[in-house]
Amino acid sequence: MPQTAGTLDSQQKTTSRRPAGTLYRGNTGMWSWVLHRITGVAIFFFLLVHILDTALVRVSPEAYNAVIAQYQTPIMGLGEVALVGAIVFHAFNGLRIILIDFWNAKYQRVLFYVVIGLWVVTMLAFVPRHLINVFSH
Amino acid sequence: MTSTIEAPRSPDSRSAKKSGVNWEKWGWIYMRVSGVVLIVLIFGHLFVNLMTGEGVSALNFAFVAGKFTDPFWMVWDIMMLWLALIHGGNGMRTLVNDYATSRISRGILKVAILVSVVSLITLGTLVVFTFDPCPAGAPADLVASFCKSL
Repeated sequence: MPQTAGTLDSQQKTTSRRPAGTLYRGNTGMWSWVLHRITGVAIFFFLLVHILDTALVRVSPEAYNAVIAQYQTPIMGLGEVALVGAIVFHAFNGLRIILIDFWNAKYQRVLFYVVIGLWVVTMLAFVPRHLINVFSH
Repeated sequence: MTSTIEAPRSPDSRSAKKSGVNWEKWGWIYMRVSGVVLIVLIFGHLFVNLMTGEGVSALNFAFVAGKFTDPFWMVWDIMMLWLALIHGGNGMRTLVNDYATSRISRGILKVAILVSVVSLITLGTLVVFTFDPCPAGAPADLVASFCKSL
């Protein structure tokens, strides 16, 4: 992109030493993108397994119950906390991406902190109840 | 200080054609539309299965039988299956375009993604529509209570 010498565009005005005006390079923009990819891949591979385990209802009640019992162990219970944490982040950050695309990109940083805040609230509602269900049985 | 930042294009994705359907645009739109719908579907799924009653501890064959005999949950789960697998498969395709550097590895990985998505959509759809909540010979304590009246 050619730039006119002597005039500063809005990107350069906010530049210190690092190229700025980039949503996805450095700081919150980059880390939300990295987390979105990592959580997305993790959720995808869980989804593959989850469809296979649910398909066992077509094999026999015993086969399905044997596998679902594994999801009810303490270790998998903690895994479900991680899974729900990944899904909730991916969901809220996905809404943030949509707002950046269709509304206004200049709020991406504050929206990232909104995502983190909503994630904390959602996990506070989920984790205690889930852990009681896991560890009281 | 001036520095030019390259446009954030994956170096290895196929270049856009001059005419015809812009599939990348429709993929981009699909990710956003399906994403919004999936938030409703998956949050509802997680709430009903993990938050109500005794949560994950209450899940068993009879619980699933109750859902897969209810048209509401059948439609819910089929929509989740299709939307989530295509959303996830397209996301994985993006990662392959970004990180797999050789043409052959991209081809193999994308075929693997396509095969996984198509086969799991087929499997999941068949399971929901051919499900038998009261299989013959199954112990009465493992199946739903409504099987007794059959």
